[in-house]
Amino acid sequence: MLGITEGSMAVAEAVRLCRPQVVSAYPITPQTHIVEALAEMVANGKLDADYITVESEFSALSACIGASAAGSRAYSATTSQGLALMYEVCFNVAGMRLPIVMTIANRAMGAPLSIWNDQQDSISLRDAGWMQFYAEDNQEATDLHYIAYKVAENSNVLLPAMVCFDGFILSHTYEPVDMLSQEDADRYLPKFAPKERLDAADPISFGMYATPEYYLEFRYETDKALKDAKSAIKAAGAEFGKMFGRDYSALVEGYHTDDAETVIVAMGSICGTVKDTIDEMRAEGKKVGLLKIRVFRPFPTEDVAAALKGAKRVAVLDKNISLGAKGATALEVKDALYGSTIPVYDYVLGLGGRDVRKKDIREVVALAEQGKGNQFIGLRKEVL
Amino acid sequence: MALAVGCRARPGKGRDNKTGSWRVFKPIFDHNLCSKCGTCQVICPEGCIAEDAEGFFDPDYAYCKGCGMCAEECPKKAIEMKQEEK
Amino acid sequence: MADNACELFDCGHRACGGCGAALAARLMLKAAGTNCIVVSSTGCMEVFSTPYPETAWKVPWIHSLFENASAVASGIEASLKKQGRKEKVIVMAGDGATFDIGMLCISGAFERGHDITYICYDNEAYMNTGIQRSGATPYDASTTTSPAGSQSFGNKRPKKDMPAILAAHGAPYVATASVAYPNDMIQKVEKAINTVGPTYVQLHAPCCTGWGFEGDQTIAIAKLAIETGLWVNYEMVDGQVTKVKKVVRKPVEEYLKTQKRFRHLFKPKRQDAEIAAIQAIADKNAAKYGIDIKLKKE
Repeated sequence: MLGITEGSMAVAEAVRLCRPQVVSAYPITPQTHIVEALAEMVANGKLDADYITVESEFSALSACIGASAAGSRAYSATTSQGLALMYEVCFNVAGMRLPIVMTIANRAMGAPLSIWNDQQDSISLRDAGWMQFYAEDNQEATDLHYIAYKVAENSNVLLPAMVCFDGFILSHTYEPVDMLSQEDADRYLPKFAPKERLDAADPISFGMYATPEYYLEFRYETDKALKDAKSAIKAAGAEFGKMFGRDYSALVEGYHTDDAETVIVAMGSICGTVKDTIDEMRAEGKKVGLLKIRVFRPFPTEDVAAALKGAKRVAVLDKNISLGAKGATALEVKDALYGSTIPVYDYVLGLGGRDVRKKDIREVVALAEQGKGNQFIGLRKEVL
Repeated sequence: MALAVGCRARPGKGRDNKTGSWRVFKPIFDHNLCSKCGTCQVICPEGCIAEDAEGFFDPDYAYCKGCGMCAEECPKKAIEMKQEEK
Repeated sequence: MADNACELFDCGHRACGGCGAALAARLMLKAAGTNCIVVSSTGCMEVFSTPYPETAWKVPWIHSLFENASAVASGIEASLKKQGRKEKVIVMAGDGATFDIGMLCISGAFERGHDITYICYDNEAYMNTGIQRSGATPYDASTTTSPAGSQSFGNKRPKKDMPAILAAHGAPYVATASVAYPNDMIQKVEKAINTVGPTYVQLHAPCCTGWGFEGDQTIAIAKLAIETGLWVNYEMVDGQVTKVKKVVRKPVEEYLKTQKRFRHLFKPKRQDAEIAAIQAIADKNAAKYGIDIKLKKE
């Protein structure tokens, strides 16, 4: 059912439709509207879940571990400092192969403290073994939650997933979103029924320790599961498309890339601004396109390489930076294009909620055409 | 053996580890002195002391580490720690 | 009552011979029975019982991280509630995991009132990492991070009073127990499990390797701790101390001289002031809990 709704509310409703049995929540801007909405749903009998008001984000994800291992679909949401506090737990969840889904309302990392958007928080956990989905708009943010649970709980995957959407830019804005009905959600996402769980009827030890004799193999298997998840994601996305008309079978999406000379690569809400700029530039006769990455982990190396092979130049936008090096997407794209002669120019922008405007995108294209990359966009020279 | 997803295991393989090989001293149980109180069975950290059909107790030497707690705590001093011949 | 023949903690585990914690795990499981789910923190017990693919646990068991056992247990409890399942959720964690790094999670779990039983096996230091000082390390004990030396008598601080802290959270049942009195321990664990709400049992589990004594002395030393008043066995119901184990008290020296971790109080020179300070701790415990058996009629 189509309606105008705040991003957080749409996400909360999608989570409700996924029927989690245990929700553990700790408040942090800009995710708070989600957890508040879920609490209200529980209080009014609209969501049949046990809602644990944990004492920190660290405990929020830890409680999800217990719930998921015991056989419940579990959910939490966080951002920035909260996600960083969960750092240790994130590795633990993936290694224990528990299909927890967590919303990340992307926000900058302190210091300096910032409550505003960039993607440093989830990007900094790309090593942990979680699937990572990045939403362009609130419709995607909503839909990706059903898909995330479906893929996570796939018995060939059994890996946790972060559904990332830009804090404030998406979480606090009103957009038209088509919500599934409960009936449709149940058709798409069946009840969580893990083959193994904590159960007195069939005692299993979870989370044993691995000596050097076994650890390497466990890591290999987890990496393999995450890479193999690409096909499960594509299948789940295609099924969603068949059932509800919005196809998510691609890990990346091209916009005017077929004949583009300059292809911009980006993730998240910034893609909306890029698309608007591309429309204007195309009208002016410029051959620019966008490759939107929707799934960052597992990284769609082959799909990116295939999509970019016709480009004259690539301009990667990163709302994050590995300090002392480059943005994470740029590094991945360079790796995908290794061996080709296509130049890849990297740009860092939009950090800590700095607005990215169409003229910033035009500046990126201009710089790429001049062969200039490896820089920040939008620096206020008068402040430096 | 296929690796268990998530580093998990069902009980059973623990028993493959025969900790009896750790022993230096071996507890010898004298049933003539034993009063069948069961203290040894209760306090063994391995849980390897079992009651037989007559109500006497004996350790499973495959697992007994020879710690000597049973000998120390037996109220009848019916257990003696003897250095094991290897 | 517990079934003596049923062993839910399998042989073949890798605890040191004479390990107080291994004994505690066995006895705890006798009280718990098969219808439970155990959550362990990282530590000696977790390490000696679950090197993949060997596990000593014949009940469902989970280990996540060092400090989050209480949070994991909270999640399990919530899940079982939603599923209508009746397994009892039991945390088994060492003193380091409980008193120090796990304070955040245990406080949260107890404040929220989850129906879980938290059992702390207290060997009074971080044993698995090689005997470092924790909030449970007693005054003047030598550990690798509070070593006795020419400028130090060892750990400078008294034991943190965890039972009181958790009783202050509103825990309906809190108890201390010891491997010295196994039947008492089993009874208290049973009571904790059968009391609705967050309950706590702190078990004294002497560590022959860490404290420096022969493995066959574990129970004897645990008894001396109680007989000298340095460990008190008691119960608290709704925050009020109820049953206390009374003793004919022995001087603390009889306990201290049995363990290498206190040897510096006797060799090379006898440290009368330090021994007196420890005696004062025991006397304070005796007065606070009323442990002294009065031998003469007034």
